[in-house]
Amino acid sequence: MGVQGGRPPAMNIVVLVKQVPDTATERKLNPADNTLDRASSDGVINELDEYAIEEALLLKEKHGGEVTILSAGPDQATDSIRKALSMGADKAIHLNDEALHGSDSLQTAYALAQALRTTEFDVVVLGSESTDARTGVVGAALAEYLGLPQLTLANKVDIDGGTIRIQRQTDDGYDVVEAQLPAVVSVVEKINEPRYPSFKLIMAAKKKPVTKLDAAGAEIDPAKVGLANATTETVDFAAAPPRAAGTVVKDEGTGGVQIADFLASKKFV
Amino acid sequence: MGDQHKPAAPDARDFLAVDTSLDAEEGSIRDTVRDFATRELLPHVADWFEAGTIPDPRGLAKAFGDLGVFGMHLEGYGCAGTSAVAYGLACRELEAVDSGLRSFVSVQGSLAMTAIHRYGSEEQKREWLPRMAAGEAIGCFGLTEPDSGSDPGSMRTRARRDGSDWILDGTKMWITNGSVADVAVVWATTEEGIRGFLVPAGTPGFSANVIHRKLSLRASITSELVLDGVRLPESARLPGAAGLGAPLSCLNEARYGIVWGVAGAARACYEAALEYAGTRVQFGRPIAAFQLTQRKIADMVVDVNSAALTALQIGRLKDAGACHHTQVSYGKFANVAAAQRVAGAARSIHGANGITLEYPVLRHLLNLETVATYEGTEEVHALSLGQAVTGIPAFR
Ligand SMILES: Cc1cc2nc3c(=O)[nH]c(=O)nc-3n(C[C@H](O)[C@H](O)[C@H](O)COP(=O)(O)OP(=O)(O)OC[C@H]3O[C@@H](n4cnc5c(N)ncnc54)[C@H](O)[C@@H]3O)c2cc1C
Repeated sequence: MGVQGGRPPAMNIVVLVKQVPDTATERKLNPADNTLDRASSDGVINELDEYAIEEALLLKEKHGGEVTILSAGPDQATDSIRKALSMGADKAIHLNDEALHGSDSLQTAYALAQALRTTEFDVVVLGSESTDARTGVVGAALAEYLGLPQLTLANKVDIDGGTIRIQRQTDDGYDVVEAQLPAVVSVVEKINEPRYPSFKLIMAAKKKPVTKLDAAGAEIDPAKVGLANATTETVDFAAAPPRAAGTVVKDEGTGGVQIADFLASKKFV
Repeated sequence: MGDQHKPAAPDARDFLAVDTSLDAEEGSIRDTVRDFATRELLPHVADWFEAGTIPDPRGLAKAFGDLGVFGMHLEGYGCAGTSAVAYGLACRELEAVDSGLRSFVSVQGSLAMTAIHRYGSEEQKREWLPRMAAGEAIGCFGLTEPDSGSDPGSMRTRARRDGSDWILDGTKMWITNGSVADVAVVWATTEEGIRGFLVPAGTPGFSANVIHRKLSLRASITSELVLDGVRLPESARLPGAAGLGAPLSCLNEARYGIVWGVAGAARACYEAALEYAGTRVQFGRPIAAFQLTQRKIADMVVDVNSAALTALQIGRLKDAGACHHTQVSYGKFANVAAAQRVAGAARSIHGANGITLEYPVLRHLLNLETVATYEGTEEVHALSLGQAVTGIPAFR
């Protein structure tokens, strides 16, 4: 993105959106192939992706341009795509192919990278992890596949001409990370406060273009995706153990210190 | 049919799966309002109710406006243009939190904005509707008077001509948002019959006083409007409104929202009671295990689901352009009474806890006293239904 004649050209922003099972409902794995049973609970937009959408909309409000949603997922993912469009995104690409079922994080990143090659973009924004798998590696792997800089765990994003700068929270301050566009940015929930969809945008959402893409359309090599070719394997799973009784701190003068130590040991403070 | 095809057991919170016929937009609007109401309104509503007011009505109006809920089923002028069912769903989800919050939306969208949208001049529409839809301007609707409630035709507020101007004198009572409104839609008798006027706040001779010491609809602002020689230009009159039918048609719109809203209040009370009955232990068992409690719960499930179905059916008729006003009367009559039964039973299940603001049940029960009264009392709707099916009017 270069500055041409004063006014910078509008930005093409792509937001990666994943539909995940609602964390408020009981989630199940499918015993047949150890993959997530996506049909057994309501699908919602991965929470951190809402922050990514909001950040993209804020960038668009500031710099102009277009926000495109890219989502890889089965048919039900259209609900989450519609919600993202109702928040204000302009259009969407839905990558949907049976061959992708059971893909692990690396394969998903590869597939998303291929899908991204079908569109123009200056910046890709995504949530730093999803509430279902919680691997948190898709952003990094995607940047590798695309050969682009990655700016991870951003709690602030600024774009100035062709330069993108983020802040990343650390234990005792923050890092400033800078790169040239195009780039991949992953965001954390401190970055903003996602807006509610507005009814006008909900009404307009069905008129916004959603491009359907299958594996062939994205030139995805079927040998590189899907459960059979996954680089990782879910060997077994077990139900979460019932919640154990908590620790009771009896205050005999040192209660406050004990609680502070406990919180520090869990990295809450 | 094998076991795999056995239908799933119904969801206790939506026993008849009433919402399965919603389309994608209606579903999105329901989810959005539910999410907004749960996160932004529910945490505060008990405090507002206790304080007997909405502390920041402008902030609330702006948030509602950003969502797009004001006049959402109207077309143009910044309104979202949704289906009537979508509007109903929004009312249902808001009133699941509190009737006062739904009233805010009803008065703005269905009463004040509908009056302007239906009966206003092009200039009046352009001046007020976009700002009202955005929540930047608040409207109220003044029909009721101290001596004229169920019989609004007996109103005493008068508008008389003075040259090309109008002079308004009278008092309006029980006006929701009256003292925070930027514009009051005021109905008055003239020599030609009942007419509507737009009275901007600050017009000389116009004042509004908050009504205190309410025991119902406390999370809502209710006011008296005083018109003392208020001079208005002819351009302040709603040109399309001639006769009592005009305000009554607006009331019919707001009443439609109530049909849905109280289904939400009923659902909230039922859910609270179900939760409480399952966890409160007496005589060594959860109180839900006693047959008398189960009878209450069974009655509640029926009332909650009947109310939801009634609302949806009336909504579908309305979207098809086939809803008669007596069908809306049916909905108000049936659903308010159902909600009152549910709230009463839910309150009893909560025991002493049920009389506090820690639980929603008495708050809803008290609110429903207002909801049963405004937009036509229970008796008035019984008479309306009676006339509709017997053909004999019994109002006077
Ligand atoms: C919190 C609150 C907010 C309100 N907001 C607004 C507002 O924004 N704008 C507005 O204009 N008004 C508003 N109202 C007023 C409301 O619409 C009136 O209270 C309602 O129309 C009833 O009128 P009333 O109170 O004068 O009762 P009345 O009409 O005096 O009725 C008293 C009793 O007599 C019964 N009754 C009356 N006539 C008959 C009959 N023919 N046969 C049998 N029984 C009859 C009634 O059913 C009722 O039980 C509000 C009221 C409340 C409580």
